[in-house]
Amino acid sequence: MTSVALTGITKVYGRGPNAVLALDQVSLDVRPGEFVCLVGASGCGKSTLLNLMAGLDRPSGGSVAVEGDSTPGLMFQEPALFPWLTVEANVELPLKLAGVARAERKARVAELLGTVHLGEFGDRQPHELSGGMRQRAALARTLALDTRVLLMDEPFGALDAMTRDILHDELERIWSERQLTVVFVTHNVREAARLSDRIVLLSSRPGRVISETRVDIPRPRRIDSPEVAAVAAKVTEELRKEVGRHGQ
Amino acid sequence: MANDVLTRDDSTISGLDALEIASKQKVTSRAGRLWSGTWPKVAAIGIAIFIWQVVVWTGWKPPYSLPPPAEVFSDLGTYVTQGAFWHGLATTLRRAAVGFAAAVAIGLAIGLAVARVRILRAAIGSMITALQTMPSIAWFPLAILLFQLSEQAIFFVVVLGAAPSIANGVIYGLDYIPPLLLRAGRNIGARGASLYRYVIVPAALPAIIAGLKQGWAFAWRSLMAGELLVVIATKTSIGAQLTYARELSEAPRLMSIMIVILVVGLVVDAAFGAADRAVRRRWGVLDQAGA
Repeated sequence: MTSVALTGITKVYGRGPNAVLALDQVSLDVRPGEFVCLVGASGCGKSTLLNLMAGLDRPSGGSVAVEGDSTPGLMFQEPALFPWLTVEANVELPLKLAGVARAERKARVAELLGTVHLGEFGDRQPHELSGGMRQRAALARTLALDTRVLLMDEPFGALDAMTRDILHDELERIWSERQLTVVFVTHNVREAARLSDRIVLLSSRPGRVISETRVDIPRPRRIDSPEVAAVAAKVTEELRKEVGRHGQ
Repeated sequence: MANDVLTRDDSTISGLDALEIASKQKVTSRAGRLWSGTWPKVAAIGIAIFIWQVVVWTGWKPPYSLPPPAEVFSDLGTYVTQGAFWHGLATTLRRAAVGFAAAVAIGLAIGLAVARVRILRAAIGSMITALQTMPSIAWFPLAILLFQLSEQAIFFVVVLGAAPSIANGVIYGLDYIPPLLLRAGRNIGARGASLYRYVIVPAALPAIIAGLKQGWAFAWRSLMAGELLVVIATKTSIGAQLTYARELSEAPRLMSIMIVILVVGLVVDAAFGAADRAVRRRWGVLDQAGA
């Protein structure tokens, strides 16, 4: 039983002599409820993989299968909230597009904003919120899709350390409460060790799976705990080797 | 234990949020804002009238060709109480409204088509900008050949003057939508028509409003040029009255009418400006200095 199944994914950009092989035979199975982090240096095709899983792009070869009918929710490094809508209306839009009745929408929006601790800020415009609050609003909007699979593309990369720590706790809580499957892309190995059940290390140009590391540290975890640091050190070592290969 | 962790987190979250939000609130009263926006304009008008008066005092031109401000404003007072003025204004405004509405419809349609269809962009994209630079008065000889001295001739030129600006606003607006917003929109289920309705059109709105504002300025200029040239004897209009005032050498009346033209143009422009500021305030991109 898998939630996301990638089988022999190849992605080529361009044609002829200028063609670039971005992903080479990437296979990955994610169990339902699993939290997987994809880690790699620049050019490993992490974002391309997420786009393929989200159905925003097609692979050149191989197959993508995602559990359930609804498309997976996608989050970016930028909140990508719609600046012309209030926070509430941003969260409501996926429900509106899915044809949910107005009364139910209101209740769902209130519940989702409560989940991300933004209950009081529903009537604000996105620009009135801080970076961390915007990212939480974006999370609420993605959760409104009512999807089981959450794809996150370095979602906390632009936040300060304290805000990021809090959002790690929040994401962990929401992930376990809602029994989500999360595929989380990051270049921050610590963050990967803090959050994931499994770290998948990708090579660069082309992207290939180099290694997988199980993370069995009991939750709730802390990013500054020695266990997390030990896992991060091991993965960092592998990442160094991979990056060093390109310098030779 | 788990509860302790949760509580600490919740208070940290609300603490951080409060710190971030507090600095962003600023309090200015409505009256204060109105005054700070108004007095520079009033002062500028005052200075302009004063300079005009000084030029009159120097005797550079005789009063029958350059009347003093007081005489013009007293004539303006009589002018705006006359039925002819209101009839003329009604005709002119109706022409402006009809011509501008048609230009909006045509400009939006052409802009949308050019922005989305690659071959159309290659074919007429640069021509739209070329049309924009064409002085509208240069269209009148052709318009008069095609439609004689008629309403249609004026309408034709007003639409040609305004539509390219509006189309360019639409093209620019669609071109500069951040791709990330489109990806986010598609991900939350907006496809096809709903992507247009909920993402593309609102995202392009600031540029579209800018295009409408510029389009209005072109429409109003074209209309005035048209009314000066295409005088329809049976129908009075602001432009026709301006022509008569010149022919009869009624200098104060001539300048009264010019003031009316300026004021109408400014009032409509201010309405577009207000819409533009409302959108930008909503988006959080209002320049503080410009507010």
